[in-house]
Amino acid sequence: VNTMKNFRWKVITILSVFVIFFMSGVYPILANRYELPAPAWLRAQELKLGLDLRGGVHLVLRVHTDEALRISTVTTVEQLREALHSAGVTVTSLTATSPTTFRVEGVPQDRDAEFRRIADDQAAANYDRSAGAGGVYEFTMRPNIENNMREDTVTQAHQTIERRVNELGVAEPNISRFGATGDQLLVQLPGVTEVARAKEVIRSTAQLRLSIVEAGPAATEEALLQPYGGKVPEDMEVLSGAGPVEGTSFYMVRRVAAITGQDLRNARPTLDENNRPAVGFSLTREGATKFSRVTGENIGRFLAIILDDRVQSAPRIEGRISDEGRISGSFTQQEVADLSLILRSGALPAPMSYLEERVIGPSLGADSIRAGITASLIGLSLVVFFMLSYYRLSGINAIVAMVMNLVILIGLMAYFGATMTLPGIAGFILTIGIGVDSNVLIFERIKEELANQRGARQAINNSFSRVFLTLFDTHVTSLIAAAFLFQFGTGPIRGFATTLTIGLLTNLFTSLFVSKTLFEAMLRRRGAAAGVSI
Amino acid sequence: MYIFRNTHYDFVRWRWHAIAVSLLLIAAGIATVATRGLPMGVDFEGGTIVIVRFEQMPQIQEVRAALSAGMVRGGEAVVQQYGPAENRDVMIRVRSTGEEIDGQLSAEADAVIAALQAGDLGPFRVEGTEIVGPVIGEQLRRQGTLATVLALTGILLYIAFRFQLSFAIGAVAAVVHDLAIVMSFLVFFQYELSLNVIAGLLTITGYSVNDTIVVFDRVRENLRSMRRDNLPHIVNVAVNQTLARTVITAGTTILAVLALFIFGGEVLRGFAFTMLIGVIAGTYSTVFIAAAVAILLQGKKPLKGQIVAPAAVAVPEARRPTRRRAS
Repeated sequence: VNTMKNFRWKVITILSVFVIFFMSGVYPILANRYELPAPAWLRAQELKLGLDLRGGVHLVLRVHTDEALRISTVTTVEQLREALHSAGVTVTSLTATSPTTFRVEGVPQDRDAEFRRIADDQAAANYDRSAGAGGVYEFTMRPNIENNMREDTVTQAHQTIERRVNELGVAEPNISRFGATGDQLLVQLPGVTEVARAKEVIRSTAQLRLSIVEAGPAATEEALLQPYGGKVPEDMEVLSGAGPVEGTSFYMVRRVAAITGQDLRNARPTLDENNRPAVGFSLTREGATKFSRVTGENIGRFLAIILDDRVQSAPRIEGRISDEGRISGSFTQQEVADLSLILRSGALPAPMSYLEERVIGPSLGADSIRAGITASLIGLSLVVFFMLSYYRLSGINAIVAMVMNLVILIGLMAYFGATMTLPGIAGFILTIGIGVDSNVLIFERIKEELANQRGARQAINNSFSRVFLTLFDTHVTSLIAAAFLFQFGTGPIRGFATTLTIGLLTNLFTSLFVSKTLFEAMLRRRGAAAGVSI
Repeated sequence: MYIFRNTHYDFVRWRWHAIAVSLLLIAAGIATVATRGLPMGVDFEGGTIVIVRFEQMPQIQEVRAALSAGMVRGGEAVVQQYGPAENRDVMIRVRSTGEEIDGQLSAEADAVIAALQAGDLGPFRVEGTEIVGPVIGEQLRRQGTLATVLALTGILLYIAFRFQLSFAIGAVAAVVHDLAIVMSFLVFFQYELSLNVIAGLLTITGYSVNDTIVVFDRVRENLRSMRRDNLPHIVNVAVNQTLARTVITAGTTILAVLALFIFGGEVLRGFAFTMLIGVIAGTYSTVFIAAAVAILLQGKKPLKGQIVAPAAVAVPEARRPTRRRAS
């Protein structure tokens, strides 16, 4: 009676596991395809397809964190220069020597103490100062500050890209850290076909700054620099204008910007006074305060609007401007729309470059799905045919276990929100193979036990208890191999590793528990005396 | 139905011949790599692949001519039909990419497309591009090697823990053997090393060890009843006992993988080929290599199972277990 009760519980367990996983994994796929009734949340459970099957863009970018460090060092240098200037301390040179270091030369002997006080005031928080000999000082960024700054730069780039991608309206994008070097970002955009535009929008640094023009425009750099003895003053820089012909206009602007992209509150497409497309922007409160001070002090002079180190335009400051402005230049409608989007989403803290670009067209993906499914079905039927003809009734047992295995596998993948990739389909086929192997191992053992003149029931019990250890060891070693596939981190290979790992786990359940229960059922129906059809 | 019933082939006797054959194949593989180099796909070497779908399928030579005429070093591009003929897809591969840092990585892809447009090939659509810069290629190469080495180490430790060190080394030697054989065949048949092929290689690692463990597990079990026998004999009995399972499993796996190889499409072909050769090599190495190495290393030293069990408990019937099994 007790074994009867036990058996009933086993059957109930198996049936409920089957129903649960069928409903959560297989049914949503069928429901979406054949428009069967299903609540929306269940439909949304459908197994997601990876980029290689549904088409899309896969990009790996590198964030040039060095550039962010350089900007920070240059800013510190300029602030120090201002402070020294207003204190009346003159040095012969003050220059950034690398992204994380700067050097001061020619500090007068009698002002040394004062220089140290000012320098520590400006830079001690982030830079270590050398002891200083003969009026020469080296400043080096502290390692922890450098690491934090690199980390922040990548995080900020990550967030900025996320905002931009969302503004582009891509469904289910994936943006994440990538690689071991810490400065790479992965961007996956399913279903996107306008690749060139997406790439530009993501990568545009759109470093906007507005600076007072000191001289220019001039047709050549020499003409511009003539009044300065051919040398660019230390607090100035020469930029080229964004005219239709490269290198026909040059400006000299102040290094310290009046405002930058970080001071923007909003940006939107608009038209300039000549009805050409332009970008209108408004400023944050702090930005407006700074801007109104600078414009108020410089009425009558020119203000360069600089985007990625090119002067877009340099209008005359007619009066104090507080919180609104306009960027005009020779833009098209599309460029203006994209530029507004990029400025709105915030500037990237550093330039980026692409390390990898993969574009999969939707029809290539469809071809892959078709090929994958064909291969799976043919492989499956070959295995089914073999198992039935070789193991007869027990073959049905193996096939039930195999189907069960696949149903649980799909159900679990849907539950974990895993994506189905083409190598994932290969993982399915491999799972079928592993499942069949487990059954073969058990069946061959049963045959051996039967050959040793054991009764059917004892042969089955012995085989399952002996095979358990073998299956355990083989599955653990396969799991070790699968675990290292995750090393590759992303994309199709991870899909393969996921499928294989889940498949290995479910297979232990189906081959040990489901198969055994089926054998028990067979013995019950036919009676132990009738033996096993194997 | 039975395919192998009560066999007693002397596999262990043939171990030296088997090792010789394997070493010969591997040596041929190494010689081929030495002369022709290991063919790396864009995943590991970096490079540009463009897949275009033509409205009217042109001759491959025409595509080559258009590339030679229309782009710098376009004559070096590899041009192949991609997938079934009715798709009219052509794959073009160049070994270089655009500048990674200060330019457009996609410059080479753009050049290919421009050259095709300039050539008189009729309308086409770009179906897909794969551009991998040298940085990522280098990174993947490192990760691939690391993943394989770590997986092998993990497996080695696990088997040493569960069985014995000599068995662990035998199993890993068999895996290394399989990987070397598969690599040799990949080189012979001009398959390029790609991410999918690496996935195949790691799967083979799992499969091969899997196969070996089934035999070792039987050896472990037999040690209890065959305490007086020497190791080569115990191993040989275990190989024979599991022979049916070994062959049937290999057969069904080959059926499934063959389906993948023939019908699985272009992307999975390298993976399926790796698996196909790997399953055959893995089965062969289980029978011939793994056990041979384990026997070689173990020498006359006692085995774990034999130390633990006191000899006095040996049951009389255990004296001649092979005859019982063989009858």
